[in-house]
Amino acid sequence: MTFMCETPVKRVPCFRVLDDNGEPIIYSNYEQQVSKEVAVKMYNYMVTLQMMDTVFYEAQRQGRLSFYLTTLGEEAINIASAAALSTDDLILPQYREPGILLWRGFTLQEFADQLFGNQDDYGKGRQMPIHYGSNKLNYITVSSPLATQLPQAVGVAYSLKMDRKDACAVTYCGDGSTSEGDFHAALNFAAVMEVPILFICRNNGWAISTPTEEQFRSDGIVVKGPAYGMRSIRVDGNDALAVYAAIHTARRMAISEQRPVLIEALTYRVGHHSTSDDSTKYRPVDEIEYWKMARNPVNRFRSWVEKNGWWSDEEELELRNSVKKQLLQAIQVAEKVQKPELADLFSDVYDNLPSNLCEQEKLLRETIKKHPQDFPSDVPL
Amino acid sequence: MATALQRFGRSVVLISKRHFSNLSCEENITKPIGKSLNLYSAINQALHIALETDPRAYVFGEDVSFGGVFRCTTGLADRFGKNRVFNTPLCEQGIVGFGIGLAAMGNRAIAEIQFADYIYPAFDQIVNEAAKFRYRSGNQFNCGGLTIRAPYGAVGHGGHYHSQSPEAFFCHVPGIKVVVPRSPRQAKGLLLSSIRDQNPVVFFEPKWLYRLAVEDVAEHDYVVPLSEAEVIREGSDITLVGWGAQLSIMEQACLDAEESGISCELIDLKTLIPWDKDTVEASVKKTGRLLISHEAPVTGGFGAEISASIVERCFLRLEAPITRICGLDTPFPLVFEPFYMPSKNKILDAIKSTVNY
Repeated sequence: MTFMCETPVKRVPCFRVLDDNGEPIIYSNYEQQVSKEVAVKMYNYMVTLQMMDTVFYEAQRQGRLSFYLTTLGEEAINIASAAALSTDDLILPQYREPGILLWRGFTLQEFADQLFGNQDDYGKGRQMPIHYGSNKLNYITVSSPLATQLPQAVGVAYSLKMDRKDACAVTYCGDGSTSEGDFHAALNFAAVMEVPILFICRNNGWAISTPTEEQFRSDGIVVKGPAYGMRSIRVDGNDALAVYAAIHTARRMAISEQRPVLIEALTYRVGHHSTSDDSTKYRPVDEIEYWKMARNPVNRFRSWVEKNGWWSDEEELELRNSVKKQLLQAIQVAEKVQKPELADLFSDVYDNLPSNLCEQEKLLRETIKKHPQDFPSDVPL
Repeated sequence: MATALQRFGRSVVLISKRHFSNLSCEENITKPIGKSLNLYSAINQALHIALETDPRAYVFGEDVSFGGVFRCTTGLADRFGKNRVFNTPLCEQGIVGFGIGLAAMGNRAIAEIQFADYIYPAFDQIVNEAAKFRYRSGNQFNCGGLTIRAPYGAVGHGGHYHSQSPEAFFCHVPGIKVVVPRSPRQAKGLLLSSIRDQNPVVFFEPKWLYRLAVEDVAEHDYVVPLSEAEVIREGSDITLVGWGAQLSIMEQACLDAEESGISCELIDLKTLIPWDKDTVEASVKKTGRLLISHEAPVTGGFGAEISASIVERCFLRLEAPITRICGLDTPFPLVFEPFYMPSKNKILDAIKSTVNY
């Protein structure tokens, strides 16, 4: 009679290509070569994402935005995974993956428009900031509840399988979300139905103030995959080349073998959970600084790109200046654009307006006429 | 399953055919030749037609492959293949979440929840995701192709967890539709409408009637429109509103009331949200009295919404307070089911006291 031990003899190893200084690890066995063009593009977008977060976060602190959350520290996961995928792959994000949109061509203006909820926001001003979505870019709209996107992604993947598309569903979640029932439901369904899907878990160490030791007692998330009969890999989420290689390979497996793959990307949430959080209340400042400076994924990738002769200080300065200007302009423009019209309060609840909503709109408009001072003036009637 | 005579607690034996559609004005569903079908067979026929007419329609849930615990999905897997009709693992939140994703890709996702009593793990997916999918995305995405079917209601011996009527929880959620058929003929048309509707629909099937209700059902592809209530019995003294299996009890009460000289108008709401207020309002403006009946507990039941809305619209016309004859505010009991249920005589007594107010 043998019991399986609750703790493994060894933790699952973590795939890396670059060391902490951006030097290729000689014994790493990856084959995906990233061309200069792709590498420079990746680096550009990692910097853009980092700057976008810094500027928008600041805009919230100044009271120009109601809310924001950053992806600081997770730029490599965002950009490298996006780069390794095809734009035909459907993305079901959690909320810390705007880099996928950025890579696919969502403009800084489009981001700003959603943040301000103006009439150019594709979401029509209905949701809080950072709840982006783009059907054009195959990125399903963010929703706040955690892990709900995971079983939905399995349904998406099943559709792709039935339609025999050369594409997969790709869904992201954090370490905290893996405690939700939907995580369990999704992985189990995906394995049983043999669908082409990538589950990318950003294990960044924190679910708001809850560290992983208080979230689960397993060896991270990667060990949960085999429990469902799913192929899984653990990768250094701060190593852009490793993320690129792992996602590229996993995608090929998912589509050619019509199977799910779980990727645990280890990283660190450098920023606070959101603008409603002050993480210095529950973790040491020097820990945050360490991951922000010494283990920064953007700097690490920059080292490698520069050593290849593909980047310079001048280009760095130019890029940062240009992005900063674009961001400030995007905010200025978005701030002044009108909000969506009142009719958008009632439309899209159903495909057509039902009688109860027609009635309510009529009554509301009468009320507005009677008490205009109760209502914001930037929503056109 | 036991026959009606062995049903515990049902005072009215309901083996005979339903005659609800005698007064129906829906010619398109009575014209062509029909076969005598029970409710689960009518549902089954609707599902066959749904899968036949749309190659991107799928049926899935626990045990649907062999035909389902109530036989509603008989023959589908054999005919359409296991890619289109398949079992899922035992997980309601997974079933509905999966269905949302499938529907988001433009497919018709017809999910089965084995008993309405087990729908709650999927409540988050239904309320926070399905109902808001179109709205929150600014109409860039939608899961209108999703239909969730579940057997609901008393069955004589179901107790807490095989008898529930949870419709009220869902009627409070903007963005979904809630539909309850009263008979085989209605069920087929309403289910096809629900499947083809461009909004997520929760479709509650009265399990009590799966075998018990038998009537002629036309074999062709027809729909019964959503959000249109039907006056199934005309009258002038009092309006009764109900849905699903409860209508047959209400009809018995109407027949008895007629013997006492009371003329009852009976309305099948069919769609609970968005509901057809105009038909009910017109009827109450005619009769001046309203009685609502449902199996679900009276407090916070959907009858409360109907009552409040009709008071708003018909206050000056009302001759008596609106009355609700519903389940008690208890978990659905086993031995005490006959006491819990809104029975014919409870309804009849209320009809009389309302008319004599």
